[in-house]
Amino acid sequence: MNFWILLAVNSITFGGLLFLLSAGFSLIFGLMRIPNLTHGSLFMLGAYVGATLIMGILSVQLDFWLAAVLSALVVAAFGALIERLLLRRLPGEPLAQVLVTLGISFMVADFCLMVWGGDPISVATPTHLVGFVRYGVAVFPLYRLAIIGIAAVVAVALWLLLERTRLGAMIRAGVDDPDMARVVGIRVSQIFTIVFGLGAALAGFAGIIGGPILSVYPGLDQDMLPLALVVVILGGTGSLLGSFVGSLIVGFLYNFGQALLPELAYFILFLPMLLVLVLRPQGLFGRQLP
Amino acid sequence: MSALTVSALRKSFGGLHVTKNVDLNVEAGERRLIIGPNGAGKTSLFNQITGDLTPDSGTIRLFGQDITQVPAQRRPHLGMARTYQIITLFARDTIVHNVMLALLGLSKSRWNPFISLGRQRHLVEDARRAIDRVGLGHIAERPLAQTSYGERRRVEIAMALAQNPKVLLLDEPFAGLSIDERRDVQKLLLAIPRDVTIVMIEHNMDVALDFADRITLLHFGEVIVEGTRSEVVADPRTREVYLGH
Amino acid sequence: MSRGVLGLAGLAAAFLALVTLPLWLTQIYYVNVASQILFYAIFAFGVNLLLGYAGLVSLGHAGLFGIASYATAYLLAAGWGHPLSIIAALIIGLFSTAIFAALSLRTSGIGFIMITLALGEILWGLAYRWISVTNGDNGINVHTRPTPFGFSLTSAEAFYYVTFVVFLICAILVAIFVRSPLGAALRGTRDQPRRMTALGYHVWMIRFWACMFSGLLTCVAGILFVYYNQFISPQTLALTSSAEVVLMVISGGPATLLGPVVGSALVVIVKSVVSGYIARWNFLLGAIFVAIVILMPEGLVPGTVRLWKLGWRRATTRRPSVLKTGGPPA
Repeated sequence: MNFWILLAVNSITFGGLLFLLSAGFSLIFGLMRIPNLTHGSLFMLGAYVGATLIMGILSVQLDFWLAAVLSALVVAAFGALIERLLLRRLPGEPLAQVLVTLGISFMVADFCLMVWGGDPISVATPTHLVGFVRYGVAVFPLYRLAIIGIAAVVAVALWLLLERTRLGAMIRAGVDDPDMARVVGIRVSQIFTIVFGLGAALAGFAGIIGGPILSVYPGLDQDMLPLALVVVILGGTGSLLGSFVGSLIVGFLYNFGQALLPELAYFILFLPMLLVLVLRPQGLFGRQLP
Repeated sequence: MSALTVSALRKSFGGLHVTKNVDLNVEAGERRLIIGPNGAGKTSLFNQITGDLTPDSGTIRLFGQDITQVPAQRRPHLGMARTYQIITLFARDTIVHNVMLALLGLSKSRWNPFISLGRQRHLVEDARRAIDRVGLGHIAERPLAQTSYGERRRVEIAMALAQNPKVLLLDEPFAGLSIDERRDVQKLLLAIPRDVTIVMIEHNMDVALDFADRITLLHFGEVIVEGTRSEVVADPRTREVYLGH
Repeated sequence: MSRGVLGLAGLAAAFLALVTLPLWLTQIYYVNVASQILFYAIFAFGVNLLLGYAGLVSLGHAGLFGIASYATAYLLAAGWGHPLSIIAALIIGLFSTAIFAALSLRTSGIGFIMITLALGEILWGLAYRWISVTNGDNGINVHTRPTPFGFSLTSAEAFYYVTFVVFLICAILVAIFVRSPLGAALRGTRDQPRRMTALGYHVWMIRFWACMFSGLLTCVAGILFVYYNQFISPQTLALTSSAEVVLMVISGGPATLLGPVVGSALVVIVKSVVSGYIARWNFLLGAIFVAIVILMPEGLVPGTVRLWKLGWRRATTRRPSVLKTGGPPA
């Protein structure tokens, strides 16, 4: 009994991390019409930067949460730079933009290998969140509950941002029809940078708060990017609700797959994706892929 | 004998009805002009006739055969050809290659991966004949990227004619042409024999008026008036649509 | 001398050079590099068929390449003979390609990239985790090479010649295909898919057959690869492998015959030379990728030709980018 509950909690936790990762991925896709293939790298970069800050550089050790926020900011700046300096040079050439993001992802992966080496780095759980919560016979790891809480808060905040603010309205207009948005005077190019930075920040943040669970290792980017892709193919591009539902589905499939059929865990993800592709190619909550 | 019959055709996107219960009957050999202001649903109607768009309801018949469910790529094989309002050609290839693609589309050898396309003498000759017909024989080998807008309009028509259609759908063949070029295209269209049925969309009423046997006026996806040239011109509803209330 | 004669002479010279290569490249190391260039060129032919001629960028082809490699290695390890293993690997590879194509051809453009990437990653994940079949990270060893007609392929020279013959056959097949009606139709679906439908072409089916041909070439290359290395591991299916071959195509020049060969030579040589000095191949791969996409989007072969012409004719036309999605307005 406890096994199943724990597995479910792990699934939701992983789904929460995936949501943080894929919400930005989905928004960038919705707005710029490209899958940002650096997204896995941004996740990994956030994890490495955060882990370094926590372990301490120059004998200054940072608090876990401060480190998480700082690494999110670093990754956000990096993402915004990619958009400004490279993608900006290829307007109207989505294919070239995708290939550029792919090239950057290789550079980031090799850079991380060079700086942090090939051995996995484990990130300590923040001390105040070590331990368990008991409810009846069930035992819940505190830190995992915290991640679920954070993901829920971010989901609500993102929803408010998109639905209730001026910036959100402009982003939605850009997702619906970039040309029209430009005509009505929205500075789409600035919004591109903001959304790219925001997506990068979320990915980097997810990377470090996922650290105590996943640890940080070379190849983490290649493990996460396809999951984000599957989430977006399942949920539909540019849809926050789609990312949310898709993340939970993938979280459950992945964890239950790992626990029950570890050899085919990766393959099991493939089945719902296949079903969605055949029955509803635009994803559960999305519009047609361009 | 009816060449093309559209009955009770409906299509909407979300709340926008682009085709509202359209009936259209074009006799074999007829020249039909479809007019209407921007957004009247003319091109959407064409797209449903050619199968680019699937209608929500209604039927389309070609020489009596119900083709509503026939996939778009089968319809040219049944004798239907079209041109596009926005020029849709193969910009990296020569004019003759463009027209050869049109011919190849109806030939069984389009599936052949082993023979050389350039050595298919009959295709090359047929293509050149179609190009001569639109008066571009002297530049047949020219890459499309180096041709003028007016020449491309004629390549559009050459591709449709090369397929030897029974029903030819022309979507604004005069769009963007100078007065001289319009006259040339007009001559070219008048030379098409009467065993080809032609349905032509024109946004501008006076351009192709004397070409048509009958005229259909569309407005907001509905047939407003249909009749001979003089009937449609004389009808007060035509004036209303074109001049406002 | 006319251009045609010049081209023919160049081809003949290249052919002679390749036939006599083991005679003037006496070091086994270089003969092996040449073999690698040739089988990667076959792989690049396959990817170019989709990327260059169909406008479909696949980031999952290393998965198909890997399926053929793993199938060969697995069947050999299971005790099957060489001819049977090779034939079975081709059949398994083509069957997988058909599924791959049926799923990914539901879209084109960016959607195609995403789905092929996801499929490629799933195949990589399978190779990595399905340990009872693939032996996981340890990979599968292939202990012997085949001996066609009693001709042993153990030496680097012998393997080179077989690879060369297979390469020639593939190159000729591709050359015939791109000049054929089906090849012309495929290019048509790249530039104006809607128009092609209106002209009576079955766009989906044309793309499907292109995928199958591409898959065949990819699987042939994969089988040569596994015999060359006598080893296969999940690394071969990684996204970097798919990206490497895409880089070969776009650096050499998409939709050209020579481009994939030049690109393969470039990538293989740079990779062998660079890995002799530093271990940072992936960083360089990424950097070259970014640089080529931004600076020379039409590829090295057409790009060099363009710069060459620019030098003494001052052509003023804008560079054409094959990386643009959607049909160019005429």
